[in-house]
Amino acid sequence: MELDVLLLSRIQFALTIMFHYIFPPLSIGLGVLLVMMEGMFLYTKEPIYEKMARFWTRVFAVNFAMGVASGIVMEFEFGTNWAAYSRYVGDVFGSALAAEGLFAFFLESGFLAILVFGWDRVSSKMHFFSTLMVSFGSIFSSVWIVIANSWQQTPAGYHIVEGPSGPRAEIIDFWAMVFNPSTVDRLSHTLIGAFILGAFFVMSISAFYILKERHLEFAKRSFKIALVLGTVSSLMALVSGHSNAGMVAEQQPAKLAAFEGHFKTEDEGTGLYIIGWPDTENEEVRYGVAIPKMLSLLVYNDPDKPVKALDQFPREDRPPVKIPFMMYHVMISLGMAFIGLTLLASFFLLRGTLFEQKWLMKTFVVAVIGPYIANQAGWISAEVGRQPWIVYGHLRTSDGLSEAVAASHVLTSIILFGLIYVMLFIVWVWVLNNKIQHGPDDVQPATTSGGAAHQGGFKDVATMLADPDRGHALVSLDEGSDAVEGEEDDVNKEDVQ
Amino acid sequence: MSMETLQIFWFFTIGFFLVGYAILDGFDLGVGIMHLWVTKTDKERRLTMNSIGPLWDGNEVWLVVFGGALFAAFPEAYATVFSTFYLPLIFVLFALIFRAVSLEFRSKSQSKLWRKSWDVGFSMASMTATLIFGVAVGNILLGVPLQEGFIYRGGLLDLLSPYTLLVGVLAVATFAMHGSIYLHVKTEGELHERLKNWMWRTFGLFLVMYLLTTIVTLVHVPHATANFKDYPVLWGVVVLNILAIANIPRAIYQNRPGYAFISSCATIAALAVLFAAAIFPNLVYSPDTIHSLTLYNASSSKNTLGIMQIIAFIGAPLVLTYTVIIYWVFRGKVQLGENSY
Repeated sequence: MELDVLLLSRIQFALTIMFHYIFPPLSIGLGVLLVMMEGMFLYTKEPIYEKMARFWTRVFAVNFAMGVASGIVMEFEFGTNWAAYSRYVGDVFGSALAAEGLFAFFLESGFLAILVFGWDRVSSKMHFFSTLMVSFGSIFSSVWIVIANSWQQTPAGYHIVEGPSGPRAEIIDFWAMVFNPSTVDRLSHTLIGAFILGAFFVMSISAFYILKERHLEFAKRSFKIALVLGTVSSLMALVSGHSNAGMVAEQQPAKLAAFEGHFKTEDEGTGLYIIGWPDTENEEVRYGVAIPKMLSLLVYNDPDKPVKALDQFPREDRPPVKIPFMMYHVMISLGMAFIGLTLLASFFLLRGTLFEQKWLMKTFVVAVIGPYIANQAGWISAEVGRQPWIVYGHLRTSDGLSEAVAASHVLTSIILFGLIYVMLFIVWVWVLNNKIQHGPDDVQPATTSGGAAHQGGFKDVATMLADPDRGHALVSLDEGSDAVEGEEDDVNKEDVQ
Repeated sequence: MSMETLQIFWFFTIGFFLVGYAILDGFDLGVGIMHLWVTKTDKERRLTMNSIGPLWDGNEVWLVVFGGALFAAFPEAYATVFSTFYLPLIFVLFALIFRAVSLEFRSKSQSKLWRKSWDVGFSMASMTATLIFGVAVGNILLGVPLQEGFIYRGGLLDLLSPYTLLVGVLAVATFAMHGSIYLHVKTEGELHERLKNWMWRTFGLFLVMYLLTTIVTLVHVPHATANFKDYPVLWGVVVLNILAIANIPRAIYQNRPGYAFISSCATIAALAVLFAAAIFPNLVYSPDTIHSLTLYNASSSKNTLGIMQIIAFIGAPLVLTYTVIIYWVFRGKVQLGENSY
């Protein structure tokens, strides 16, 4: 029974956090792009940028709502399922979580209202400020949550004392806790991962429009802005990934050994597996292709210094190998692919032929799946690699459970969350698809905030009037709002009857 | 600052987050509860949803911050309360997720079945969350039998008693009234007129439930009134509570809905203060009182409480500023526009 609760609670946590983490990285990455687009609008006053900001804001809003809805579970789940853990770490971990709420959530949720609903209520400068605040808020949020998680990986600034119901960690140095040895590396890598996702997301939808020859001007501009962010971030991911691996080697050597499927310590430099399949029973990597001495070189800048392997750790303290190894390698391979793709696209962009490369556009349409997988894979390897510890070196995951929660309750929660998440996911994809199929609206000059600055106004009206299809947008901007009004009439009639 | 002062400071700060949540998300949940009753047309249903459209998300953050602050300031209480109320809390979370997506997705398709389903889901989710919040408050008032290490080993059904259900229904009635008044303030025309009747009905229901709950609490839960003997000043809160309640029908009658709304906010705040007065200094009262969680034995270290106090003092003015800006930007009657739900 004991084991059941542990396994079920871990499944529940994995399910809820992985589902939640579909959304925040896009909010962070797309948020930065929204700031760039709206900033360009304020700077150049070109209406195309406003059109871009408005369209991507609508996509952002749907994603953000999913993030909020699935995120509220996380705030309470430590208490429901991991009560012993909560008693143990609350003094340290809780303050980071509370700071996240106070500094980040209020900021982003408040200004999100203006970002989404406030286009016609505030000036364009105030709107830009709100976009900036939402973007900051989502970044602050990741700052505090990654601090909390990093403290679990590499605890610092605390001591263990006897608490009201047993031993617990208490804070002695707040800043040492905040800047624990892994915070900076892990936070930068998390944010870069989110930027890559935001960029690939925008490039995917833009490439789709370019292939379909719809909203061409809009799609090309969006693609270019996203490509800049995507290229820079992909390259930065390599740098920060390298720094992260060095940090893990120093702070959590057992985890690095699991990432690399490194079972036995050698006398010479350690090789780096490009691919392979770890066989945990015989403690070897099968079908492995390795670069000799490469891991030693990367970690220690010394090709001959051996890297600590799993055999250096007591068996009960070793993390599982299969999942961290596979996920870590998936993440790295995808990261390399992002660099290749973005550099190739940048090359064609500089030659002025990017949007004629149909095959490349097709690749970008599907490539968005890559960063989604890479972000998840990175976190899975980081979290599974921390096992068997919930607080590294101090508290085992099996000791963190709620004392009095029955397996059947956890199972009920898994079924409930599973059901609603499947439904949500389907609806989310459907709504997103509708938004993409609908495409951007032409901005109605009259509603443009700070009207005088809007130079393209007359030209827009002329194009809309000249083109009956687009002219329609002038009359009614709300998506399908004609049909909606028709629906209202129907409903009214029904009520009268 | 002494440890005891910090602990009391955090007891009231956490109470403040909870009051903020009850007042702000209270009207969102109330709008949800009333959603199907007060509307007749699709347009009206869009109006009720959009009346809370830009606000509910920020309002829900008060609950999230309450959770985070409880975790940080009183980790023992956080761990005990949420693992004790395991399934009820999971249902609340389920309901809150459902409410969020109902708002977001309802008007995204023209299908009647689609919209009707989300309408019902929105309303049921709001009602369920409120009912469970009320039942939880009832349980905290009544006390939860805790054992060694602040652990609850009772069953789920033990948490449902006539008294806790009564408090649950009081919560639904309170938010229904609060939401009706809010909707009356935010709408115009036919819906606005119709809401007038609903304000009277929900106020009547609230009054009955309030009196009933008060009587049962006085008779049935003696420890809830113990503090009133030691701190007679608390009777002032009772008076304020009664005045706030009495002011609601007066303001409705005088056709001053904004004033009625402020009174219903004050009513909720006063009820929350009375709740705090009833449990103080306990966070979770256990009949076997050595296992009660109090603000003294459940708290974090002095260091953490001090750091958190600094965080709160930096954060509070910022939060109040955003809140004022957002409510100012979205003041006035709700309108349907191109960015509406």
